[in-house]
Amino acid sequence: MTKPEGKPKVAFYWCASCGGCEEAVVDLAEGILDVVGAVDIVMWPVALDFKRADIEAMPDGSILASFINGAIRTTEQEEMASLLRRKSQLVIAFGACSQLGGIPGLANLYDREGVYRAAYLESPSTENPEGTLPRLRSRENGYDLSLPGFYDTVRALGQVIDVDYAIPGCAPHPKVIQAAVATLLSGELPPKGTVLAPDQAVCEECPRRESKPLDLSISEFKRPHEVIIDEETCLLAQGLLCLGPATRAGCDAACVCGNMPCSGCSGPTSRVLDHGAKAISGIASLIGGDDEEAIDSVLDGIPDPVGTFYRYGLPASLLRRKTLS
Amino acid sequence: MLRENGFGSGPTSGGKTNGAPVNGDPPIRIGVYVCHCGTNIARTVDVERVTEKAGELPGVTIARDYKYMCSDPGQELIKEDIEELGLNRIVVASCSPNLHEGTFRGATAAGGLNPFFFQMVNIREHASWVHEDRESATDKAIDLVRAAVRRVHHHKALETRRVPIKPEVLVVGGGIAGISAALTLADGGKHVYLIEREASIGGHMAQFDKTFPTLDCAACILTPKMTQVRNHPNITLMTMTEVVKVDGFVGSYEVTVKHRPRFIDVSLCVGCQQCIDACVYKRGKFEDEFDAGLSMRKPIYLPNAQAVPQVVLIDPEQCIQFSSGKCKQTCVEACDRDAIFFDQEERIETLDVGAIIMATGFQTFDARRSPHYGYGIYPNVYTALEVERLVNASGPTGGEIVLRDGEKPTAVGIVHCVGSRNQKSNPWCSKVCCMYSLKLAHLIKEKTDAEVYNFYIDMRTPGKGFEEFYQRVASEGTHLIRGKVASVYQQADGDGELLVDVEDTLAGMVRRIPVDMLVLAVGLEPRYDAEEVRRTFNITCSGDGWFMERHPKLAPVDTFTDGVYLAGCCQGPKDIPETVAQAGAAAGQALALIGRGYMELEPNTAQVIAEDCSGCKTCIPLCPYQAILHDDAENRAEINEVLCKGCGVCVAACPSGSIVQNLFEDTEIYEEIEGVLAYA
Ligand SMILES: Cc1cc2nc3c(=O)[nH]c(=O)nc-3n(C[C@H](O)[C@H](O)[C@H](O)COP(=O)(O)OP(=O)(O)OC[C@H]3O[C@@H](n4cnc5c(N)ncnc54)[C@H](O)[C@@H]3O)c2cc1C
Ligand code: SF4
Ligand code: SF4
Repeated sequence: MTKPEGKPKVAFYWCASCGGCEEAVVDLAEGILDVVGAVDIVMWPVALDFKRADIEAMPDGSILASFINGAIRTTEQEEMASLLRRKSQLVIAFGACSQLGGIPGLANLYDREGVYRAAYLESPSTENPEGTLPRLRSRENGYDLSLPGFYDTVRALGQVIDVDYAIPGCAPHPKVIQAAVATLLSGELPPKGTVLAPDQAVCEECPRRESKPLDLSISEFKRPHEVIIDEETCLLAQGLLCLGPATRAGCDAACVCGNMPCSGCSGPTSRVLDHGAKAISGIASLIGGDDEEAIDSVLDGIPDPVGTFYRYGLPASLLRRKTLS
Repeated sequence: MLRENGFGSGPTSGGKTNGAPVNGDPPIRIGVYVCHCGTNIARTVDVERVTEKAGELPGVTIARDYKYMCSDPGQELIKEDIEELGLNRIVVASCSPNLHEGTFRGATAAGGLNPFFFQMVNIREHASWVHEDRESATDKAIDLVRAAVRRVHHHKALETRRVPIKPEVLVVGGGIAGISAALTLADGGKHVYLIEREASIGGHMAQFDKTFPTLDCAACILTPKMTQVRNHPNITLMTMTEVVKVDGFVGSYEVTVKHRPRFIDVSLCVGCQQCIDACVYKRGKFEDEFDAGLSMRKPIYLPNAQAVPQVVLIDPEQCIQFSSGKCKQTCVEACDRDAIFFDQEERIETLDVGAIIMATGFQTFDARRSPHYGYGIYPNVYTALEVERLVNASGPTGGEIVLRDGEKPTAVGIVHCVGSRNQKSNPWCSKVCCMYSLKLAHLIKEKTDAEVYNFYIDMRTPGKGFEEFYQRVASEGTHLIRGKVASVYQQADGDGELLVDVEDTLAGMVRRIPVDMLVLAVGLEPRYDAEEVRRTFNITCSGDGWFMERHPKLAPVDTFTDGVYLAGCCQGPKDIPETVAQAGAAAGQALALIGRGYMELEPNTAQVIAEDCSGCKTCIPLCPYQAILHDDAENRAEINEVLCKGCGVCVAACPSGSIVQNLFEDTEIYEEIEGVLAYA
C-alpha cells in the first residue's frame, strides 16, 4: 500500500443506520484520542462539517480508510459509498447494518410501497391527512426539491461496493473497535474479507457457559419479559432463546452479562454462510419432544422466526428478501 | 454479487478456482469418464454429448466415454491417463457409488493418486433409468457431471483408518442358534462368551420330542451340542445372565452383563438333586416353566433333565427362606458339597469383544389373545408347546398323551395359524406351524390312535422333505380340513368335549366336529423385550418387531451396526435347519471380521476444530453413536474418530460452524449445488 504524504486520512460515513455506531466511536473516549491524533479525519458527518464536494475533489485512493456504517437503501447512500470506495485504499463495513444489512434489512420482508405505507400512513403516531409520500421531485413554494431514490431492497455495504474488512456488532463493542483499529494500523493487514473480531461464538466468552447442561433439551421457549431470569444459569437452559452459540464473540457476552439473551448482532463466524439458517439448525436440534405436535408446541414459543434468527442479517443471508411481486 | 463480496458469504467466497491453482498447489487436472454401461446408460443418455460438455468445464484435462468403465480396460484407462496426462482428480459418471465407488477409488489409487481425489456421478439410477426423454436425461447427466467436477476441485487427500479388532465374540441367547454359532466360532479358535438369560441353554428346541420332517429325536441331536458348549475350552458359558449395556464399536465392544443370583455355586453343584428331595416342600407346588406349566416343581429345582449346566437353582419368590427367613434349610443340610448360598447377589461384569451375535429367538403367540379358540377357558384346549411337552418322553406324562383328567383323547383337532396371518394379531406366516402341526398329528396318531383333524388355511410345506412329510401324514389317515375355525364351544354336559365349528372350503360346507382335545398351533413372534434389546445393542427392528438384517438378500445376517450379526428366530420365524444355517453364516461373518485383524473405516468422519469451538455443547447429545465428548478442562467438544460414522448430524447442528466433515466440507457441497444449478 502506498503511504500518502502527511498524516493518514480517514473518513467516517453513515448510511441507513440508527446513529448507534457513531455513538460507539465517540464512546471510545480516550481510547480513540491517540488514533485521532495520528490521523486526519476528512469526513465525519456527525461531528465535522465536510461536504461531498470535498471528497470528490480528493485524488482517488488518497484516503487510507473509510469506515462506513449503515445499510444501503437509497441512491444517495449508494453514490456516497461508491465515491468513498474510489477515494479510499480500504473500506471497512462498520457495524451490523453495514456488514449484514442490520435491522433496517428486515424491511426486505416488504417492498418500498409497504415501507412507505407503514412509515407515512399507517403507523399510529403518523398524522398525514393528505397522504403525502416521499417523491423524487416536487415543487414547493416555487422551488424544485429532490429526494434520493428509495430502493425496494436493503443491501449490506458489501453487496454494493467492494469492501475490505468488517467490524461487527450493533453497535460494535469498544474492545472490538480498538482491536480492529490496532490491527489496521499495525501494517500487517489480514486477508481481505476478514471480519475484525474473534472467530469463535459468544459462549466462549460467556460466564454462564459451565452451567449449560450436556444434554440440553428445551421443552418450552420463554421470552425475557415472561420470567424472572436467573443470573447465573445458561439462558438456553432456562428456555430463553440465546443466540450466543451461533454468534461471533468479541462483545464479552455483554447482553448475557446484562441478563438478556444474545440476539445475534455480531453475525456468524467466518465458517458460516447463513447466520439465521445455522442458528435455526443449532437451536432446533436442542428442541425436546418426540412427535410433530410436541415439537410444534415448542416452536410456538418463537412467534417471529425471521425477526429472531435474521434480526441483523436478512439482506446478506441466502434468503436476502421476500420475493418481489 | 452477495457471495463475491465476502461478508456473510463465508466459505464459498473463494470457491471458484476455474482450474487455477489454489494457493500455490499444482493446477487442477481433472479426468472425466462417462460410462455407457452397455446400453443401460447410453440408451437414454447421449454419452457423447455429456463427454463433450464435460471436456469444456474448467479444470478438465480429458473427458472420455467408454462402454464399461468398471471393466479392466475401463479402469486401466483411468490409471494410464493419471500417469500419462498428470491427472490429479478423477470423475466417473456411471452407476451408483454403492456398486462401484470402491472399484474406481481403487483405479484412482492404482494410478498413484490418493483415492479420495475421486468423485462418482450416478447417471444410471439418477438419469437413464428414471427418465425416458433422451434430451432432458442428457441435460440432467451434464448437470450432475458439472456438479462433481466443481466439487472435486476441493477434494483433499484422505487416509482410511485402521482399528484393530478384538478376537473375542459375544453370543447372546443359548437356543440352537446361539449354541451353533458359539461352537462354530470356538472350533475356529475364537473365544466365545455365550450368555443365556434362563438357567439352562437349549431354548425352545430342548422342549421338543421329535423334529420335523425327519422325526429325529430333538434331545439326541441337541444334548450333545449343549454338553460340547459346556466343555469347550473356548466357550465361557454364562447362564442367568443378560446384557445391560453395550459401549464401544465394531472390533472393540465393551459389554456390561448382569448375572442374576442362582443361590447355588455353579462350580460346586454337581446336579445330584439331593437338595430337591430334601426341600421342606414335599411335593412340587409351582408351575414348571419348562413343562409349559403342565407339571409342578419345588422352589429349588433343576431347570430340566438335560439342563446345561446340570446345576439346580432357587426361585427366591417361592423359597420360604426368602419370604420368612425362617426355613429349616433342609436343602442346605442335604447338600454335601455346601453349594447353597442364600446371600448370593446380582453381579455386574464387563466383557471385551470384537463382534456380537444376537440369537435371542422368539416367543410363541399368547393364545389367550384369540379367545374364540377357548384357550384358558376350556381345560382341553392346549397350545402346541404344551403338547410338545406331552409327547416328550421326558415330559410331565412320560410321553403319554393324556388329557388333564388322565384320559387318552379319542378325537384331536389341531388349529393352524393361531395368531399368524391375521391382521388383528400377527400378519406374518410363522413358517413352522404347518410343519409342526403335521408332526404333532403324526405323533398323536401314533401314540393314541385318535382321530386327528388338522384345520388349515393353506398348507405351507416348502422345504427339503417337507412335502413328502405332508403326504406321509395325509396317508396315515389324518383328516386335513381346509378352512378357518370360526368358534370352539364346550358341550354343556359332555365331560369337556369340544365342538369345533369350521368352514370346510374344499367340501363347500360348514362342519361341526366334536373333539376331546384341541391343539392351537401358536405362531412365532418377537420376544416381549425385543425393542429394549435392540436399543441396548443399537440395532434396528423391522416394522413387525423382528431384528432387521442389513439387506434381505445380500446381507441377511448383518445388521446396520457393524460387527453385530443375527442368527435364528430373532430375525424372523424359521425352522431348525434354517436357524443352524444362519447361525453358521453369522459365525462366518464374525470370523471374517476377526480374521481381518483390523477395520478399515471410511474417512468421512467429522472433526471439531478445537480453536474454533466455543464449547456451546449443542452437539454433545445429538450424536446417535455417542461419539462426541465434552472436554471439561478445555471447554471443547471432541469427536472420537473411531466411533464417528459420518452421519453429519453434529456438522449441521454446530451453530458456529466449527465441526467439519471429511468429504462433505461446506465448500464441496456448495460447489456441487452451484454446479447443478449453473445452466450451461
Ligand atoms: C411348537 C413348536 C414346534 C417346533 N417344532 C419344530 C420342529 O419340529 N422342527 C424344526 O426345525 N423347528 C421347529 N420349531 C421351530 C424351532 O423352535 C426354532 O427354529 C428354533 O427353536 C429357533 O432357535 P433360536 O435359537 O433361534 O431361538 P430360541 O429357541 O427361542 O432360543 C433363544 C434363546 O435365547 C435366550 N434369550 C432370549 N432373550 C435373551 C436375552 N435378552 N439375553 C440372553 N438370552 C436370551 C432364550 O432364553 C433362549 O434360550 C418349532 C417351534 C415351535 C413353536
Ligand atoms: S447459550 Fe448463551 S447463555 Fe448459554 S453459554 Fe452460550 S452464550 Fe452463554
Ligand atoms: S458426524 Fe454423526 S457420527 Fe460423527 S460425530 Fe457427528 S453426530 Fe456423531
